[in-house]
Parts: sequence; structure tokens; C-alpha cells
Amino acid sequence: MTESTDWPLWEVFVRSRRGLSHTHAGSLHAPDAQMALRNARDLYTRRNEGVSLWVVPSTAITASSPDEKDSFFEPAGDKPYRHPTFYEIPEGVKHL
Amino acid sequence: MATVTAQDRTTAFDAAVAADERIEPRDWMPDAYRATLVRQIAQHAHSEIIGMQPEANWITRAPSLRRKAILIAKVQDEAGHGLYLYSAAETLGTGRDELLDKLHSGRQKYSSIFNYPTLTWADVGAIGWLVDGAAITNQVPLCRCSYGPYARAMVRICKEESFHQRQGYESLLALSRGTPAQHAMAQDAVNRWWWPSLMMFGPPDDESAHSAQSMAWKIKRHSNDELRQRFVDICVPQAETLGLTLPDPELKWNEDRGHYDFGPIDWTEFREVLKGNGPCNEQRITQRRRAHDEGAWVREAAAAYAAKHNTADDTARPAHHTARPTEQHTAQATAGPAADTAPLHGEATA
Repeated sequence: MTESTDWPLWEVFVRSRRGLSHTHAGSLHAPDAQMALRNARDLYTRRNEGVSLWVVPSTAITASSPDEKDSFFEPAGDKPYRHPTFYEIPEGVKHL
Repeated sequence: MATVTAQDRTTAFDAAVAADERIEPRDWMPDAYRATLVRQIAQHAHSEIIGMQPEANWITRAPSLRRKAILIAKVQDEAGHGLYLYSAAETLGTGRDELLDKLHSGRQKYSSIFNYPTLTWADVGAIGWLVDGAAITNQVPLCRCSYGPYARAMVRICKEESFHQRQGYESLLALSRGTPAQHAMAQDAVNRWWWPSLMMFGPPDDESAHSAQSMAWKIKRHSNDELRQRFVDICVPQAETLGLTLPDPELKWNEDRGHYDFGPIDWTEFREVLKGNGPCNEQRITQRRRAHDEGAWVREAAAAYAAKHNTADDTARPAHHTARPTEQHTAQATAGPAADTAPLHGEATA
């Protein structure tokens, strides 16, 4: 082996067409941001899958912990009144 | 909930698998599950990039510009598939260098199919139809694999494989309907690739070392023999349309089973090729090592450029394409070699 460590890891986000948000497509290694963009183009948009790309160093992402997922998301669990289907509306009422 | 016990974690893992939920990189998982995935995904990734070689052999000699452009695109896809899979393997805490090193030193394997030579142009068609066809049969169920990153990589790969198989079939059809010499070339290629393609599904179920556990973990959804039968049933009518025969005198529709019966597979040959005694084992791995070594200066130059670029930015911070200096700074701070895959998974085992 010539090099002893991998290049940094980048997360790739692709906007598939104008009007949609960027979506996580995968990851890749590259020495710098410009190379990461070029590699992302070659790897994730070979079939016109995108009109815009973001590359983000993986180390810049802070993620919630899977071990805490129940307690972390629990506050939303007992609030069904945040959904429109919670409310009973008489038959025939329109535009509501 | 103060502490999560080992028992809780095992129970949560088993429940997620049973409920057909996906396991994601930062979830707890049994060491053996992680090791099995690393082995399988690495072997799969290696197969994709070694698989570039037999076909790339014909790029300079493709019979038309159309076929050449198609073949280049296909070989490029194989590189892409390798990268998707290496990324998936890395989410389990195994670095890219380590995986490549294990391939180069023979400690991890790739599919034995790529140790057969591509002797004529028709082999490119036969590989597309049969080898990619067998790969698709194997891979479609992997799109529902219990490990999320592997399943997502497979979804992407399967979408792209469809073009690979169809271009191969079309190419073989053109040869089969061509001159008698072209027809004979197509038939010869199919004769040579048929049996190795059936071996791609792995040993028979009663001899398959990892099958039962992999199916329990929902890494694998169907047995080797089941997928092999599915592939045979698909290929027979396709061969008829091609006007080519499959080299198995025992191939016959079985009304009772509702499947085609086929002759015995030469597992001795399979084991020999797996052991390293196939026609091209030595050539494939030598070429892979050479490509890696000869590309070293490119990797070093890119790393040196990135290091220089980052240092210059730190001191001078010139007006750059990125308007937000904090983001620019973040990218620089993490661009060093220490920015490995570590933060997303602390439980690395191989």
C-alpha cells in the first residue's frame, strides 16, 4: 500500500429536478471538495439523476443517537391533535 | 431508561429483523451479523471491480462505435457499483484501504465467474445476458436485505443492471442472426458461459456454509438452489428466441415440478476456480494490483494538492466560490486523513 489512510468521506445530496429538495444519495471518498463534487457527478448522476449536487464532509454531520430514539422522538407521540384527522367535522361541510 | 442491557439490544435487533425493519449503521447489531455483512458486501464490491477486466478487454476491439460506447458505459457502471458497495461496507466500520488490501492479498474473494477468459467478442454479449442475468436474479432479493445501506446500494445497482443484460442480449441476437460464422461464435460463447453462470448462485443448499444463518437474519431471502432454478427457467425461453441452444442435454421441462430440470453441475471445477486454479485468477489479481500501484501517483498528487490548497486557504483565505466562511472552514478542518469513517460508527469489527 502506498498511502496509509483513506481520503475523507463526503455525503452526497442530489436535487433530481428544480422544485425538489436535495436528497441524500450516498457517500464517497475524495481529497477535497472540488474532487468530491466531480466524483459525485460521475458516481451518482450518470443517468441524468440530478440538476444540482451538494457534498458535505461526513464529519460535519451531527446525528441523533439510535439508542435514544424512543425518548428523543417521544414528545410528538402523544399529540394526535396536531393532525387534521384528529378533528370530527359534520358531513357535508366543504372546503375544510 | 438509564442503561440499555445487552439483552435489551439483542431483543431490539431480533424484533427489528422479525418485523422486516431495516438495520441502520449506528444501530446495535451482533458481531457475527456485522462480520457476515462485511464479508458478503466486500466480496460483492470486489466482484464489481474485478468484473471490469474481462469486458474491458474488448473495448478497443468493439465492432462498432455504438457497441464501443455501450461497453465503456457498462464498464464504468461496474466501477460505480463497486463504489456503492464499498461505501456500504464502510458503514460497518471497515475502511476502503483495508478492503482493497484484503482483495490484493487474496484474503477476501470475488465471484469466481470473473476468472474465466473473454475469448471472442461474443463473450461480451454472453456475459451481459448470462452473467449479468444471474447477478440480477441474485440481487433483486437483496434490495430487501435487512441491512439498510446494502439494500439501498442494491436498488441503485439493479436499476442499472437491467441495461447491462439487455445490451448483452441484443448483441448476442445480432450475432445469432448474422453470418454462420457469427452465429457459431455466439453459440460457442453461450456454451462456455452457461455452466459458470449457474455456479454463480453458489454451492447447493445442503453444502452452503452461511445460507441458513443469512436467511434467518434476512440478509438473504432465497436459497441458492431456488435462485438457480429461477434463473434456468428464465433463460430457456430467452435462448429459444436467440436461436441458440444451452449446452445441457438434460435440460427438459418438468410438468410435475413446473420447472426445467437440468443436469448436474461440476462442483469440482467451481472449487478449483475458487481455490485460485481457474484460467485467469492470477491474471485478474495481478492486473488489479498493477492498476492500484500505477494509480498511486494520482492519489498522492490529489492529496498533496488538497493539503496545499487547504493550508493556503487557512492563511490567506482568498475570495472563494463559497460565500460562507464558516462552512468553508469546516470542510478544511475535516479534510485531513484523520477524517475517516469513525464518527458514524464506533463499533468497528471486521
